Amino acid sequence: MDKLLEVRNLKKYFKSPRGTVHAVDGVNFTIERGKTLGVVGESGCGKSTLGRCILRLIEPTEGEVIFEGENILEAKRKEMKKLRRDMQIIFQDPYSSINPRKTVLELIAEPIKFNKIIPNATELDIENRVLELMEVVGIDERLINAYPHELDGGRRQRIGIARALSLSPKFIVCDEPVSALDVSIQAQILNLLRDLQQSMGLTYMFITHDLSVVNYFADDIMVMYLGQVVEKAPSEELFENPMHPYTQALLSAILIPEVGANPDHIKLRGEVTSPIDPPDECRFAKRCNYVTEGCRKGTPPLLEVSPGHFVACHCIKPGGINTLKETVFDEPKEACPCPPVEKSESN
Amino acid sequence: MSNKAIETAGSQQAVITNNEDIVLEVQDLVVHYVLKKSVVEAVNGVSFKLKKKRAIGLVGETGAGKTTTALAIMNLVPNPPGVIKNGKITVCGKDILSMKPHQLEKIRGKDISMIFQDPMTSLNPVMTVGDQIAESVRLHEHVGRKEAMDRAIEMLELVGIPGERAYDYPHQFSGGMKQRVVIAIALACNPSVLIADEPTTALDVTIQAQVLSMMNDLKEKCNTALVMITHDLGVVAKMCDEVAVLYAGSIVEYGTLEDVFNRTMHPYTEGLFNSLPKINNRHVPLKPIPGLMPDPTRLPPGCAFAERCRYATDACRAKKPELRRVSDTHTVACSRYDEPGFSIEGWRHG
Amino acid sequence: MSSNVKAQVAVSRQYEKENRTLAVWRRLRSNPGAVVGLIILAAMVLMMIYSFLFISYQDIYTINSKNRFAPPSSQHLFGTDESGRDLAKRIAYGSRYSLAVAFGAVAIGVIVGTFFGAIAGYFGGWVDNLIMRISDIMSSIPSTLLGMVIVTILGPNLLNLLIAVGVTNIAGFIRMARASVLTTKNNEYVEAARAIGMSEFRIIFTQVLPNSLSPLIVTATARMATSILAAAGLSFLGFGIAAPRPEWGALISGSRNFITYAPHLCTFPGLFIMLLAFACALLGDGLRDALDPKLKK
Repeated sequence: MDKLLEVRNLKKYFKSPRGTVHAVDGVNFTIERGKTLGVVGESGCGKSTLGRCILRLIEPTEGEVIFEGENILEAKRKEMKKLRRDMQIIFQDPYSSINPRKTVLELIAEPIKFNKIIPNATELDIENRVLELMEVVGIDERLINAYPHELDGGRRQRIGIARALSLSPKFIVCDEPVSALDVSIQAQILNLLRDLQQSMGLTYMFITHDLSVVNYFADDIMVMYLGQVVEKAPSEELFENPMHPYTQALLSAILIPEVGANPDHIKLRGEVTSPIDPPDECRFAKRCNYVTEGCRKGTPPLLEVSPGHFVACHCIKPGGINTLKETVFDEPKEACPCPPVEKSESN
Repeated sequence: MSNKAIETAGSQQAVITNNEDIVLEVQDLVVHYVLKKSVVEAVNGVSFKLKKKRAIGLVGETGAGKTTTALAIMNLVPNPPGVIKNGKITVCGKDILSMKPHQLEKIRGKDISMIFQDPMTSLNPVMTVGDQIAESVRLHEHVGRKEAMDRAIEMLELVGIPGERAYDYPHQFSGGMKQRVVIAIALACNPSVLIADEPTTALDVTIQAQVLSMMNDLKEKCNTALVMITHDLGVVAKMCDEVAVLYAGSIVEYGTLEDVFNRTMHPYTEGLFNSLPKINNRHVPLKPIPGLMPDPTRLPPGCAFAERCRYATDACRAKKPELRRVSDTHTVACSRYDEPGFSIEGWRHG
Repeated sequence: MSSNVKAQVAVSRQYEKENRTLAVWRRLRSNPGAVVGLIILAAMVLMMIYSFLFISYQDIYTINSKNRFAPPSSQHLFGTDESGRDLAKRIAYGSRYSLAVAFGAVAIGVIVGTFFGAIAGYFGGWVDNLIMRISDIMSSIPSTLLGMVIVTILGPNLLNLLIAVGVTNIAGFIRMARASVLTTKNNEYVEAARAIGMSEFRIIFTQVLPNSLSPLIVTATARMATSILAAAGLSFLGFGIAAPRPEWGALISGSRNFITYAPHLCTFPGLFIMLLAFACALLGDGLRDALDPKLKK
């Protein structure tokens, strides 16, 4: 297995007036060259922070990020600048991720010029390279002098992709690249990203909240909750056989555009708890419908429960051990979106 | 013809009822935004009817004219630059567009309410949520402070928030709860029609499911008809009985949920479905619609979709298509259906 | 275009680039207030150029006791002063001082203030704290007093007057630049610049500041108006350009004793001060509207 990226025990904590925010709290995974890892989760799960930590756009608090065998967290400034060519990012919001005062030409040329990609380049050389990139991502030649405000979201996102590609990277973090786009444009951009992956041998980390998109696009999917990984499996396996109660609830909440295909979703109690100074227990315990006493004793480790399928749950262990039993609560679920009070529990 | 709608458990089949039940009717609505050097043709002839307890989905992408239509129904289109060039809108039999402002104020919040996409900015940050709900009640029903507050607490419980939180401020609630508060304010005076403009787009998936479930329940309990504006076909599948697909300000397809989803006829609707990843079959390739929606200041003379349509002919590009009736409940705006035997490929269900 | 065939002539030349300066100019032109302001300002500058070419120091210095306190006439447009000197020529000559202050004092404020404000806003933490506390101290000293002290220490001439008024402008620009940078630095394109390896300083000056220009330009034009008034005030009090140089504030000061029977001596200089400040304010308002692209929609 050709490991392009390996992340070990990555943590990012932020100090806030109310305590320490555990944005990313001990994440481990690897991505093989040429594959796509999808990272899903709801707001506050830390997926965006994770993406930025891997690229050192945010400095991680702890952990290792091993890219092609080297821990990039120990790289010095100059080395990091070189490494940045190999690891790029595509942002979510096409409206705020490009400088509104620059033309398409200047925007795509910027990384090329700044990193001196083409030695002894003349303006013409750079322009030709920009035109090549524009063709690859599908921006019409006549827009070369256009400003961002003249373009729609889809085209702006293509500019972002062209910028990322201009450095010929090996790995790209896609942070919700299509969430802000219309449905028909989403499909265009997804197809483009897929084609680029095949033609350029790219490896992607695809961050999104949209489960149908990640199912289509990613080879493996990692589900995050409050800064930790709760489940990781190949896409088909995850959708066919979700094991973690959170994953099950998440998948049940997906709305399928088909008549009658949306039965009632799994109801979770309460809302997402705070990532500030979380107690040493399973982060999902307060909302889990299967919670037991044992769930309060420490964070469950991420274990390989079946080949390629990892789950972090006290009640699910390798070898087919699954002791999840639905707990009975006194008050009805979802009656009140505030922290629930369990009156009775069964083992 | 029976007055009652026949409902099968879990499904949303439409049956023709008579006109007594119509709470909202929009006829030939045309709204333009007149700017200095150009005119934005936002809505170009939209018509639909909505009956009590039913939900219609207005589906379209950015720029299709959904929000403008919703604002027009409440007569809230900013003027200038918005001008309602044509159309008749009746809510519970009352003609909205010919009303004076003070008459409209009585109707808004009482007969027809609207909720918007962003719960963060829909609530007044310096008033408690209870006060905000009570304010709506006192405006329309002449009751005292205490009574209004009681009603506010009742509404909060109805949307799943404990009554004692009526004295909290919006910033003390999460996004999903804020949206519930917004819904409580909108339904406080028991309106006949609720317009929801992308109400769950800003919410997480699991919270979206909760809020939509709650809206469905309320629809039943409070007898409210729902206009659901969204770009998300999954939301439509869950919530709506009827669907109107908008493109460049016109309805291109209109029918019951089954009509539009299972017997899709318009190439644009087909294209929308083909653009979506199928959750049950990840190997179905995405077939995006090429190109972009036309500039609303420069709409083509013929069918607005023609330049992106794989079935378009010269006739399509020359003349705007009329809405053709395909069945009792289903209409399509596509000239190619004039030809006998024409059909689109259809989209592959997951 | 096939990627194998490289163009020999820049393709970008073939496609028109939207000229944003031209767009701003057009918007400015259509704003009546801004046009008035521009015309007045242009007239003042022309007057100053005229005075460099045609008015000598002798003209405004030579005492002519025969023609004292003459009221405005065809010969002396604004009349003469207590030494018989033509007031119009003196006012024209004095325009150079006011214009120098308008531009120079603001330039000092812009350059120094924006530099430190940007750093404070971008880096935050103790840097921000330090710079802001110094700025607070500066702005808590009454500007006139501060100006008086600086001129007293450095001496009464044009340059020192410029510095005195300029220093009082710094705090305002620090605050404005900091606020501007704070809002702009959170935009994702700043992160994007970091992702391609740019250093923080480079990001501030190539990505953030150019996008924070509009509030800067607007504040600058507003400060032009206040600087003119401040300089006139300082000269009036005797801390600045002194007689016999005809700085407009000094002119008013010099005419105090003669107000009752030679009111033109303080009226006209005062009028010019007011006009110039007014023009700058109008221009500033017009620029704010013209630079705001959101108005386009």
